[in-house]
Amino acid sequence: MKRTLILLALLVVAGLSLAQKTTLTVAVFPNLDDSLKSQIPLFNKKYPNVEVKLVIQQYADHHNALTTALATGQGLPDVAAIEIGFVGRFAEGQGFEDLNKAPYNAGQFKRLFTPYTIAQATAADGRFIGMPVDIGPGTFFYRNDVLQKAGVDPKNMMTWPGYIAAGRKIKSTTGAFLIADAADVAWINIFATTPANTSPYFDEQGKVIVDSPRFVRAFELAKNIRAAGLDARIGAWTNEWYDAFKKGTVATQFSGAWLQGHLQNWMAPETKGLWRVQQLPEGMYASWGGSFYGIPTASKNKALAWEFIKFVTTSEEAQIAGFKAIGAFPALLSAQNDASFNQPVEFLGGQQARLLWRDAARRVKPLRANKYDRVAYEILGTALSQVLDEGKDIPAALAEAKRLIERRMR
Amino acid sequence: MRKTVSRLEIRGSPGVGMRWSNFQRRYAPYIFISPFFILFLVFGLYPSLFSLYMSFQAWTPSDGWGRWKFVGLENYTFTFTDPMFWRSLWNTVWLGVFSGVPQHLIAIPLAFVIHMVLSRFKTFVTAVYFLPYITSSVAIALIFNTLFATHNGVINLVIAHLNTWPLLGALLPDQNINWFTSANIKYALALVVVWQFTGWNTLLYLSAIQAIPKDLYEAAAVDGASRWQQFRYITLPLLRPMMFFAVSLTIIGNMQLFEQPFVLLNGGASTATPGGQTVTMYMYRTAFEWLEMGTAASIAWILFILIGVLTYLNNLIFGRGARGVD
Repeated sequence: MKRTLILLALLVVAGLSLAQKTTLTVAVFPNLDDSLKSQIPLFNKKYPNVEVKLVIQQYADHHNALTTALATGQGLPDVAAIEIGFVGRFAEGQGFEDLNKAPYNAGQFKRLFTPYTIAQATAADGRFIGMPVDIGPGTFFYRNDVLQKAGVDPKNMMTWPGYIAAGRKIKSTTGAFLIADAADVAWINIFATTPANTSPYFDEQGKVIVDSPRFVRAFELAKNIRAAGLDARIGAWTNEWYDAFKKGTVATQFSGAWLQGHLQNWMAPETKGLWRVQQLPEGMYASWGGSFYGIPTASKNKALAWEFIKFVTTSEEAQIAGFKAIGAFPALLSAQNDASFNQPVEFLGGQQARLLWRDAARRVKPLRANKYDRVAYEILGTALSQVLDEGKDIPAALAEAKRLIERRMR
Repeated sequence: MRKTVSRLEIRGSPGVGMRWSNFQRRYAPYIFISPFFILFLVFGLYPSLFSLYMSFQAWTPSDGWGRWKFVGLENYTFTFTDPMFWRSLWNTVWLGVFSGVPQHLIAIPLAFVIHMVLSRFKTFVTAVYFLPYITSSVAIALIFNTLFATHNGVINLVIAHLNTWPLLGALLPDQNINWFTSANIKYALALVVVWQFTGWNTLLYLSAIQAIPKDLYEAAAVDGASRWQQFRYITLPLLRPMMFFAVSLTIIGNMQLFEQPFVLLNGGASTATPGGQTVTMYMYRTAFEWLEMGTAASIAWILFILIGVLTYLNNLIFGRGARGVD
């Protein structure tokens, strides 16, 4: 009798320990969460006792909450998604684990990823704080129907003067604008002309270089487009922006590959088949967005968090699942060789666009993160709007921006 | 009170009853009002004092708690010499005036008219005017974002239609106005703020007008005073205390304008429209975009002092000080 009882008790205990699940919290923003939801079942096949709890907040809220949590060391998730706009700043802080060090030893995985992503998540002092998940190779989206109507050959738009000339033709024949916001042309020029292994705004010695010819030309191109009345002056991520894509009142857009997923899923699904992509003009290659996963130093489940991040970022299966779910372009090189990359993209009229994006991703030069990148980006954005909206002189605006950035570098 | 105490003493053992009632009398009130003070200490006083402390430190929050460095007044001198701060302050003051003054210029006569003419529908009319005030700023800004849209926004469509009218057309621009440029956004923002807060002020003034004794108006009417004279010589002077209160609220609110410009300018995209950036938006940007918490704290304190000064000036104009001059 006694033995049976002991046996029963043991069985119960064993059963409990089997059923006991470890919870791993992962903080993420939309729609990267959709990509994760497709990956978690795959992870659970390998780790059935781990329950992955997602904390989903909107893009800005997510990063604000993360900043606050890092500040106080309270309420941090085990794994945090970091978007490219924030990775430089978090890299310069001390709140994330340096994945170069043991027990992570992420160095061995670095060669598996699209090279420029590694530089993005590396701090000036060499610490590596996030494993890359997806990337945004920059491409040139255009409305094929609008260009045909205007009699414009997209190949002629592969130089900036040709691009503007085509824009005039499109505007005069169809009434459509060339681009939503002329500022986009300035930005893609700034990013794509950055020499390898430097920040777009700072030279190797960390000096501000926003008044150099690269910037002058970028600003001039944008100003010419604005002066010719070729941009619709529509801000990104507004209802008017989506509407322009739906109605074809804007003929081209420069963006990361992810724009295709957004257009297809919610922005303008009815324009299926009307869009095409090509490489950026003048042999430019630039990265447009991207996400990373990092481990906060205050995380209580670091070992498990690392297993999770490794799985999501280095497993081909997981990367392909995310790619299929939201069109997130995998940062993992081997995943880019998946057969699905050869498939035509119906939304782009059956174009083999993924091969094009893959080619672009492999040609993007690595940029180095600088602590003051965000400061420079915003100050330069203000300067650009002063040039475009207020008619400020370009050299004066750039000199002013340089001064403002310099005085913030305290 | 005393009676109750003695009864308690009789019932229980005298000592316990005495102590309990003493405790009740002395400390129970404090316990009952303590929730306010606890909340105030935790969410009011502590953060304020902490931000004062922070304004003398350099701190990047992503470095973690406690990794701050004392820099003295550097944050203040930096902010005072920052052209971006001055531009955002100028925007804020401009918006404060152009969205604050019309609110009152509309609200005071409106309250008078509602009181005098529409007294039967007072409740209904007030509720209608009050509605924008209780609507979420975010929802309001999103709706106005659509109304102000450059190419298919209702406001531009109306202007385009008015353009076809013979005389008026000559006065209006013949192209769609882009409301989201630095030069135009201020007008759009001022309109939104006026629309949102005029009802609130109307309600304030209406309640003050209702408190004015009817005999004054009756006596004035007997003496042959017109409606305008009644408004000018009775209503306006007696509204002065309420004007002080309402204008103070407007000053405090307008100097801290944040949600409307933030949402109308689409959050992040706001940086590209320097003309719409208010001081609080600049502070937010410094704190959460650039992670310079110390500098942001110094901006907060400068703004606090500025609001204090403006409220004091307002007190000189409308408050007790002015009444002495009368």
